[in-house]
Amino acid sequence: MTLSTDSSKFTDPDAFYAALIDAIDTLGDDQAREFLAALALILANEIADRDVLSRAIEAAQSTVTARP
Amino acid sequence: MTYQPHQRPVFDYERVADQDAKQPAHHPVVIVGGGLVGLTMAVDLVAKGVPVVVLEKGETVSEGSRSICQAKRTLEIWDRLGAGDPMVEKGITWNVGKVFHGERLLYQFDLLPETGHKMPAFVNLQQYYVEEYLLDRLHELGAAVRWQHALEKLEQHNDHVRLTVATPHGPYALTCDWLIACDGARSHVRRQLGLEFQGEVFEDKFLITDVHMKPDFPSERWFWFEPPFHDGQTALLHRQADDIWRIDLQMGWDADVEAEKDPARVVPRIRQMLGEDVEFDIDWISLYVFQCRTLEDYVHGRVIFAGDSAHQVSPFGARGGNGGVQDVDNLAWKLKLILDGTAPVRLLESYTEERLFAARENILNSTRATDFMTPKTATSRTVRDTTLAMAEAHPFARALVNPGRLSVPAHLTDSPLNTPDEDAFDSPFGPGSPATDAPVQVAGQDGWWLNQLGERFVVAVHEPPGDLPDEVETPAGPVAVIALGGGQPIADPDGHLTERYDLAPGTTYLFRPDQHIAARWRSFDDAKITGAVNRACALD
Repeated sequence: MTLSTDSSKFTDPDAFYAALIDAIDTLGDDQAREFLAALALILANEIADRDVLSRAIEAAQSTVTARP
Repeated sequence: MTYQPHQRPVFDYERVADQDAKQPAHHPVVIVGGGLVGLTMAVDLVAKGVPVVVLEKGETVSEGSRSICQAKRTLEIWDRLGAGDPMVEKGITWNVGKVFHGERLLYQFDLLPETGHKMPAFVNLQQYYVEEYLLDRLHELGAAVRWQHALEKLEQHNDHVRLTVATPHGPYALTCDWLIACDGARSHVRRQLGLEFQGEVFEDKFLITDVHMKPDFPSERWFWFEPPFHDGQTALLHRQADDIWRIDLQMGWDADVEAEKDPARVVPRIRQMLGEDVEFDIDWISLYVFQCRTLEDYVHGRVIFAGDSAHQVSPFGARGGNGGVQDVDNLAWKLKLILDGTAPVRLLESYTEERLFAARENILNSTRATDFMTPKTATSRTVRDTTLAMAEAHPFARALVNPGRLSVPAHLTDSPLNTPDEDAFDSPFGPGSPATDAPVQVAGQDGWWLNQLGERFVVAVHEPPGDLPDEVETPAGPVAVIALGGGQPIADPDGHLTERYDLAPGTTYLFRPDQHIAARWRSFDDAKITGAVNRACALD
C-alpha cells in the first residue's frame, strides 16, 4: 500500500464534506478539536500501514508549515 | 464614446376584449408572470396548440442581467421550442473555470463535454436577452403577453380558478381551467393561497455589479476564495454578451445594503479588483441575500407553481433559472394531455414528484456550496482553509473545494412514470434520464438526435430485425416509431448514438414528449410499449 494524494478517491466528496462540517458545527469549537483528533486516530487505525501513515503525517505537516 | 447600455423594449398596455365581456371570459390556461419561466411556459404550451393568457404586471423584460448562466439542458429545451439558436449565437460560450485562493491559482477545470452535442455546456446570456428571444418566438407563434395586466385576487373552485386582474383601465374578471404561477420568489399567487415556503435563510449578502469593459481577460469563469482585492469571502468574474462582465462580491452578513449599492462605494472596489489600467462603466448594481426554500407540493387544486415561485435556491451553480425552465419542460406535455382528456388529472402528481426531487437536489447542491463559502464555526473555517491550502499540492483535495456545482439536469430515476429495466444496459442514461444528444443523419442530411425527439412519445428501434409498424396504437394515442442505424432512415455516422445508448440490433427506447427516457428493452414489443406509455401518462 502506498500513499497517493494525486487524485480523489471519494465517491461523493460533497456528501463527505457536509457530514464532516455538520459534525464539527454541531459539537461547536470547544469539542471540535477533540473530535478531529479522534477521527484522525480512527482513520489511522483503519489504514494501519506504518509507512503510509508516516507519509500521511509528513504530507499533513508540510501543508501546515508551508502556509504563509 | 460614452457607454450606451442596452435599451429594453417597452410594451404598451393594451385593452383586451375580455375587459368588456359581460361574463368573465374563460381560458384553458392563465400564466401569471411573463419572466424567463412564464415566457418559456407560454411558448411551450402555445407550440403544443394550447392557447394561453399571460398576465404580466410590468411593461418590459428583466431589469438587469440576473440569471445569466444558461445550461446545456435549458438550451436544449429552448431548442425544442425553436428558440435555442439566437441564445447560443448571442451568448458567450465558455468552458474553462479557474479557482483562486487569494493570489494563487488553485486549479482550473474544463467543462468542454465530449464532442457530438448540438448545445454547449453553458452559454452566458443576460436574462433580458433570453426574455426578448422568447417573446420573439411567442409572437412568431401568434401569441402575446398582456403587459400591465396584474393578477390581483384569485379564488379556487372545484374545476376552475376565478381571478381578478388589475389594469390601468381598472379591474376585470377571468376564469381558467388551470392557473400557472410563474411569478417568482415573492410569488403573489403563493401568498394569496397562504402557502408555507420552507427552508434555510442565509445571512451573507452579495453585491452584483455588471460592468461594461473590454479587458484582455479570456472568457472564463474566475472564482476567488478570500480574494486579494476585497475583504469579503468570495468573488466571481464572468463574461456576458455585449462586453458586459458580471462581478459578484460576497459582502458578509453585516453589510449595509443601501450604502454598498452606492456607485461611489462600488467603483473603488471594482477598480481594486481590475487594476488601475482597465476602463469600465457600471451597467447595473444589485445587492441580494438568498434563501433555499421549496413548497412541499407544486400543485394546489387548479393552481400550479413553476420556477422560483415553487422553489428558490442560492445562485451558486446556476440552478434557479435552469431549474425553472426544466419545470416547464416537465409540466407542459402533462398539462396538454390532461386538457385533451387523454390523461387523468392525477398525472400532475408526477409533476410535483419529479420536480420536487430535482429542486431538492438543486437546494442540496447550492446549500453545500454556500456552506463551503461561509464556514459557521472557527473549526469548520480551519477545515475549509486547510482544504484550500492542500488543493494545489494535493489534487485529491480539489474534489472537496466547492465554488458551486454547476447545473446539470436531474435523472428522475425513481419516477413513478418510469418502466423499470428488465434487460441489462451499459449506459448512464436509463429510465427517467433526460435523453442525451448525438449527431445523426436524417435522410442523408446532418442533424441532431434531440431534434428527432420531443412534443410526442417516440419509440426508437435500433437496426430492427424485421418490419416495424409506423405507429403503435395506445390509449394515449398513436406513438411514432422510428428506426435507427445502418440502412435505416436515421443513421448514426460516428457511432455516438450506439455508444451513448448502448444500442444493439433490436434495442428499443421509449422517449417522453419532454425528451426523457420512459422505458427501454432489448427487443421491440408493442404490448410492452403500450404498457409503458400508459404508465408514463398515469393511465395504468
